[in-house]
Amino acid sequence: MARALINLPKTAKAGDVIEIKTLISHPMETGFRPGPDGRILPRNIITEFLCRFEGEEIFRAELFPASAANPYLTFTTVATRSGTFQFTWRGDGGFDQTETATLTVA
Amino acid sequence: MIRTATAALAALLLAPGPAAFPGEIAPADKRSGFAEMGPALQAMQRDDTAHPGMLWVQDGADLWARAPSADAPACGGCHGEARASMRGVAARYPAWDARSGRPIDLEDRINQCRRTHQQAEPFARESADLLGLTAFVALQSRGMPLAPPDDSRLAPARQEGRALFEARMGQLGLSCAICHDDHWGRHLGAAVIPQGHPTGYPLYRLEWQGLGSLQRRLRNCMSGMRAEPYPFGAPEYVALELYLAERAAPLPLETPALRP
Repeated sequence: MARALINLPKTAKAGDVIEIKTLISHPMETGFRPGPDGRILPRNIITEFLCRFEGEEIFRAELFPASAANPYLTFTTVATRSGTFQFTWRGDGGFDQTETATLTVA
Repeated sequence: MIRTATAALAALLLAPGPAAFPGEIAPADKRSGFAEMGPALQAMQRDDTAHPGMLWVQDGADLWARAPSADAPACGGCHGEARASMRGVAARYPAWDARSGRPIDLEDRINQCRRTHQQAEPFARESADLLGLTAFVALQSRGMPLAPPDDSRLAPARQEGRALFEARMGQLGLSCAICHDDHWGRHLGAAVIPQGHPTGYPLYRLEWQGLGSLQRRLRNCMSGMRAEPYPFGAPEYVALELYLAERAAPLPLETPALRP
């Protein structure tokens, strides 16, 4: 499983804009580079990132071969109520990883 | 092409500038490559949640706690909490190793510990495991000044390191000192020439898209000078690391650093 770092505030007031930062370890191999043996390395990238809050999609990104390794995505959302964020990365070779984080709204 | 590059390099080396006087860097002018970076990259290094090097550090923390086999202790089994036991360790390396009778760097020390106390195969140089564990150990000394040991047994290797640093090598006939002592702060192409202090290794280099050791960086510089790099783990690198640590002290350690 790939290592992922997720950073968001643990608590927020209702109506606050909160910043969510995500980082995941992934080679993002473009599919255009030759390997040590001269053959083209197969493409291996994350193609889709999805963030859900309590099951509802709040952010989605599509990724393409020109992204750097270990993609770092940040976005903001408005804190409305306490709940769980679900972060999903999907990609080539059946890559599929989901992490969760909780937010408490006071 | 080569002629143009050489002419450009000659023009660069002859151009007058603030650091036109060759020689060692004055203590008051000593600064880490961090100072040469733009605000965006500096912010990325400062924020552990945005710093991709922390992915390796977390893997290293897992390795620290995990026993390599059922009958061998984990690193933490002997050393305990790394936060306390490893504090300041990285700032003292490379150090003299009585067992092998030569100076060794932090990676060597970790591998030696694996071999003798964990009865495990040493990690390959530049493997993700070795880089992660080294970065995790070195992170415990973040912010502490480099403190090379005052050990007379290290003096010959340190001297050799200095000689290597000042020796012209490769097809371009450059030495480390020509750039990093005499022309730091100026430009080589678009890049600022840093003073070349090893304060943040292993570090995440955007160009590498991964974590890399000081030896990898030295190999980079050598191939840039069109010299043949020594193989990983060569004693010449440890000699250079020794000299560089002395040259950089007392700058604070910033592992894992982030560099373009």
